[in-house]
Amino acid sequence: MDTKYLYKRNNVWWVKLAVPSSLRSELGYDLRKSTGQSDVEKAIVARENIIEELKKKFDSTSNKEIINEDLKNKVTYLDYASTTPVDNRVVEKMKDCLTIDGAFGNAGSRSHSYGWKAEELIEEARLNVAKLVNCDPREIVFTSGATESDNLAIKGAAHFYKNKGKHIITSKIEHKAVLDTCRQLEKEGFEVTYLETDEFGNVTPEQVSDAIREDTTLVSLMHLNNEIGVINDINKIGEITREKGVLFHVDAAQSAGKIPIDLNESKVDLMSFSAHKIYGPKGIGALFLRRKPRVRLEALFHGGGQERGIRAGTLPTHQIVGMGEAFRIAYEEIDQDYEKINSLKNRLYDGLKDMEEIYVNGNLENGYPGIFNLSFNYVEGESLIMAIKNIAVSSGSACTSASLEPSYVLRALGRPDELAHSSIRFSFGRFTSEKEIDFTIDLVKRSVEQLREISPLWEMYLDGVDLSKIEWAS
Amino acid sequence: MAYSSKVVDKFEKTLKDPKAASVGRWKPGDEDYDKVGTGIVGAPACGDVMKLQIKCEDIEGEKRIVDAKFKTYGCGSAIASSGQLIDMLKGKTIEEAKEICNKEIVDILELPPIKIHCSVLAEEAIKKAINDFETNDNIRKHNQ
Repeated sequence: MDTKYLYKRNNVWWVKLAVPSSLRSELGYDLRKSTGQSDVEKAIVARENIIEELKKKFDSTSNKEIINEDLKNKVTYLDYASTTPVDNRVVEKMKDCLTIDGAFGNAGSRSHSYGWKAEELIEEARLNVAKLVNCDPREIVFTSGATESDNLAIKGAAHFYKNKGKHIITSKIEHKAVLDTCRQLEKEGFEVTYLETDEFGNVTPEQVSDAIREDTTLVSLMHLNNEIGVINDINKIGEITREKGVLFHVDAAQSAGKIPIDLNESKVDLMSFSAHKIYGPKGIGALFLRRKPRVRLEALFHGGGQERGIRAGTLPTHQIVGMGEAFRIAYEEIDQDYEKINSLKNRLYDGLKDMEEIYVNGNLENGYPGIFNLSFNYVEGESLIMAIKNIAVSSGSACTSASLEPSYVLRALGRPDELAHSSIRFSFGRFTSEKEIDFTIDLVKRSVEQLREISPLWEMYLDGVDLSKIEWAS
Repeated sequence: MAYSSKVVDKFEKTLKDPKAASVGRWKPGDEDYDKVGTGIVGAPACGDVMKLQIKCEDIEGEKRIVDAKFKTYGCGSAIASSGQLIDMLKGKTIEEAKEICNKEIVDILELPPIKIHCSVLAEEAIKKAINDFETNDNIRKHNQ
């Protein structure tokens, strides 16, 4: 029951309304109106009527603002690449693994049914994870998330195979979980090659092939880039690494459940997964560790020997069950989710594409449609985020990062810094509606226009000044 | 970014009614353009550019800032800082305006430490605008 816009006072339910102040007196409406109902069900119906009545009045004053009344009162979430809300179906499953009447037991307890029940649920979840990516459930190791999986895969393989060689290959646009892990290995005496990408963010199989040396033990590349949505051809790259006898790790935190992965087909040796990017809970992930040909790792954690000694620590049943359910749902709904997201992306792009001086970051044709990164030239990203405060998005602008550096991903693509500062990432998913996209188009257009009006760079652009020719004081 | 309500308020007012917030410009050819001093600071690659203009007149033997306008490309606090500076400038004599220090802007807007550079930029902008005005003024006097 949605009582979000209702509140009770003196035993009667009231409606909160978003009526522009300029129209309040004219329409005789205040910010709130009594529904005249003490019964909440009736109050909800009465609220609908009040809104209908308001809409009619607004139509007559030719003001459309009330149409998005619901959206104006909340923040539209378009930051799915950052994290996703947990699917209700997942929550229900997780709830059953916590309390005295649920499967709260320790899967490591072999002596009673509490332990057995937890173990059973965990193995079911492992099966669901394996099924989505078409691998053997015994190849799935649960971790605390994709960051740990990346650390375990890269450090674990580098350390285990260090006598074979100390050279690792990755790219400049990897997630920090991979880049910082590589930096750490450099401190330990390993050598890392950071591959450049093309202007769309792709690493080609040829580049990988050329970079492999005698002492290379591992190549680590992401499947789907979190900032620009570009997709690497992991099948082709896997052919090369396998042929050359080098391990191939793929960070699939952003791709699992969104685009097809077939580990029976792909010659990937290690793959990192996250639950919270695909409507599961935070704090849980997994690492795929190939059995044939067998990949070996040095563990990061030591303890009770869980997960075949690869990752010690009591298995968090509710988290794992949540991940399993999220992956099961993804397996069932991947096509319908993709179709929906693709149509939302087209709707957003169609709504914005006529704007002057906007640039798509990434590959419009050949990327994941749920991550859509745009630069609005002459408008700084953080100020745009402030202006569109009813929409939750992220930016490559330096001002939104603690480091005051613009996005390293966009810079690696060769985008000038000013376009990196002006970038906004829209990412959407299963629960995004067309209405929210329309609201976004409207608000973004209006806000960019407002910010350009106060931008000296826009003024220069309109005057025909070539900004690159100006000597800017630093 | 966790901004104070002061920054958010200033930012939103500027966007909503730019004219009232002194957004604008004087360009060559405008009437009284010779009374205008312009200062541009920052760089697009750094994510901040402020353009500040002051219009000065002789009032009772003193040069006084009778009007000021700005345009800013930058984060929310850069926009708020330049707007705040404009409010502080109007009506001041040139000598008084020279005394304005970034600390005042920081205090009024309650800027977080990581955003102090926005206020520094604003201070640099006014110094440049004053310098521009005085240079032009001297040339004018010289030519008279």
